[in-house]
Amino acid sequence: MRRLALNAAALAVLVMTIFPVYWMFLTAFKPTRDIQARTPSFWPSAPTLEHFVTAVNAPGFWTYWRNSLLVTVVAVLLALVVALLAAFAVTRMRWRGRGAFVVMVFAAQMAPWEALLVPVFIIARDTELLDSLAMLTGVYFMITLPFTIVTLRGFLAAIPLELEEAAQVDGCSRLVAFRRVVFPLLAPGLMATSLFGFITAWNEFAFVNVLIIKEQDRRTLPVWLSSFRDVFGTDWGATMAAASLFALPALLLFLFLQRRVGVGMTAGAVKG
Amino acid sequence: MRNRSLWPYLLIAPTVAGGAFLLLYPMLKAALISLQHFRMGELIRGGAEFVGLGNYAELLAGAEFWQVVLRTLAWTAVNVVLIVVLSTGVALMLVRLRRGMRLALMSALALAWATPVIAATTVFQWLFQSELGVVNWALASLGFESFRGYTWFADGAATFAVLVILVVWQSVPFGALTLYAGLTTIPGELYESARIDGGTGWQVFWRVTLPMLRQLFALIVALEVIWVAKCFPQIWVLSQGGPDGATTTLPVYAFKIARVLHRYDLGSAVALLTVVLLAVALVANLRRMVRS
Repeated sequence: MRRLALNAAALAVLVMTIFPVYWMFLTAFKPTRDIQARTPSFWPSAPTLEHFVTAVNAPGFWTYWRNSLLVTVVAVLLALVVALLAAFAVTRMRWRGRGAFVVMVFAAQMAPWEALLVPVFIIARDTELLDSLAMLTGVYFMITLPFTIVTLRGFLAAIPLELEEAAQVDGCSRLVAFRRVVFPLLAPGLMATSLFGFITAWNEFAFVNVLIIKEQDRRTLPVWLSSFRDVFGTDWGATMAAASLFALPALLLFLFLQRRVGVGMTAGAVKG
Repeated sequence: MRNRSLWPYLLIAPTVAGGAFLLLYPMLKAALISLQHFRMGELIRGGAEFVGLGNYAELLAGAEFWQVVLRTLAWTAVNVVLIVVLSTGVALMLVRLRRGMRLALMSALALAWATPVIAATTVFQWLFQSELGVVNWALASLGFESFRGYTWFADGAATFAVLVILVVWQSVPFGALTLYAGLTTIPGELYESARIDGGTGWQVFWRVTLPMLRQLFALIVALEVIWVAKCFPQIWVLSQGGPDGATTTLPVYAFKIARVLHRYDLGSAVALLTVVLLAVALVANLRRMVRS
């Protein structure tokens, strides 16, 4: 009896958690007459792709899609490379000011980005970087960089130095030892951090609103989706299709990377 | 290579350069602008005048600012309490479920968590749409006839409620999964001995579970306070702070002043005051949670 009540409650939570996502996809596949029916149907009776066709053919859809992807991928890759260099310096070298640098990076993780909207806008205007994807990419890079350094530092510190030293004894240079030995072991760490960076940049809304002002074709998907009324009017099928297309990469990446992250690849690499 | 080498400094140079231009410089600029007379005219012509604490004085003297502060406090309190209570409930539920159901619920939570903010916000506008929205249909079917064709986004309190539901829905997965991970670290013997001593479910929760997870709770409360108080895209997309300013919290207020009224000076001041308020609230919260 207790178990029954527990399972019933769990089922209720499950339905409430998943319902908005389900409703988004369901509406996107429903024919318009079903969407406008007095009594909504909760199952796809006659799925159609017409709303996806409308969404994809909406003016500028591919431009915004490309902008979003470009800004996100470049920001994430740039952050990974720059963070890897810094993490290597912090975990593998001794130098003056290392402690201070680490503290600064930790502090930068808590940077109040909302308070920087106005100054970043004004700096972009003064340097003629308004309406440019480069400035936007730069901001996303900087938002994700501190977290990326902190996480990569953790992953790097967990990889035993002996592995590199063994490779160096075998005649590798330090750089080759890093590339051949450490880098493959770092893969899960790189994936975990890039997931966070991707979600942050893909979702970002405030800065793109402030930095992209005149050039409409430099906007990204979140801005475009937020103005769905101008694009689709009251066509909820097309709006939900557009929302689905926007959400899909994030959902897929999340499911894909969730399985791969956190595998103890170094387990057993060094005998105690 | 270990000592007195230039290498480490070369390796951190890109990080330092990025931080200097895109973080430190804007932060100093934010502080500077909030102390200047900086509006549309200064944006175009340049030559902003220094006015000291004039902008802050203007803000603190106005009734609107304090209204927004109170609204932000209410917004944060309502959301964080709901998020923490519901997350705890779901986490306790997850521990007790059998494997299959637990995995299903955890996958659902992960899915909700990964849904992009703007996508979720758009979906909620559709869920709560007046004529065709499924929420109004469900409420009317359950006998609440007044909800037939009800326009949620015309009323301040109703819009506020929809936003709370949206933010809570987005935040509970993180809280629940984190607390669940914490719960699995509590040794079962503790519960057993508490039961043998005759503790009821509530007593066990208050005397065993809560003290064991105090730090985790403090962390979650702190993160949620930051997240909810700074929450901007959901509100801006759904209501732009309306109707009639009923959902204007501090971040929305700062954005509106700067972007719509072109009062960059005042907008910067609001944003910086928000940071100060949050910092004070968090330090107080953390100290109390850790001490008690």
